[in-house]
Amino acid sequence: MISISYYLWVSAWLFVTGAIGVLLRRNALIMLMSLELMLNAVNLSFMAYARMLNDMGGHVFVFLNITVAAAEAAVGLAIILAIYRTKETVDVDHLSLMQH
Amino acid sequence: MEALLFWIFSIIGVTCGGMVIWNRNPMGSAIYLVVTMLCLSGLYALLNGAFVAVLQVLIYAGAVMVLMLFVIMMLSMRPEGAPREGSMPVWIAAGVIGLIVVLRIGALFDFGRPPDAVDEFGTIQGVGALLFNTYVLPFELISVLLLIAVIGAVILSKRDAQ
Repeated sequence: MISISYYLWVSAWLFVTGAIGVLLRRNALIMLMSLELMLNAVNLSFMAYARMLNDMGGHVFVFLNITVAAAEAAVGLAIILAIYRTKETVDVDHLSLMQH
Repeated sequence: MEALLFWIFSIIGVTCGGMVIWNRNPMGSAIYLVVTMLCLSGLYALLNGAFVAVLQVLIYAGAVMVLMLFVIMMLSMRPEGAPREGSMPVWIAAGVIGLIVVLRIGALFDFGRPPDAVDEFGTIQGVGALLFNTYVLPFELISVLLLIAVIGAVILSKRDAQ
């Protein structure tokens, strides 16, 4: 039986990977994927704590989290498509119209 | 056996997670992300979360990633150039985030082995009973959120009718 801490390490590592992806990449699609990575890392934390406390409330939260992530992906991709239609690019450095 | 599966799933998952942000091509990133999702599903199964493991495969690796791949194929993208100029503060920010998370997790390092799972832990019966009794209000609210997302996605992706 493996210690819960290892799962939390994997979760932390994945979260940091996602955060670095959002900060360093400029492609809006890859930034969205990094967001999904961070959400998944949080889900893994929830599952590990649920196992440790023998409480299935964590599973319910992961369920809700997955639903929110699906909704976020649908709306985010629609926004990216709309941006691409008007600007012909998904590079966030070129989307500085509102920047002073 | 459990330890072996844990190391296989976590090493593949973390490596592919790194490849998601390392890859220059969004299509490659998406494929690596699918592999990460599948490995996480395996980790959920190791944590006695059978129901959530199935959901992960169905919704994430299935629905969400198909949507992503669909959009990637619709867009024709130029390859991304080198990291932006003056990206030093970004690296510092990333380092700070990493430090925070590592410190937070490291402080909790002696959790030890989990207790034996109670009956029906993580099965559809167990999670479903909880979902429709204790957490019925969030469950209903999430359906409203999905409705809003559907309407929003349709309106956003609709071309102007002129």
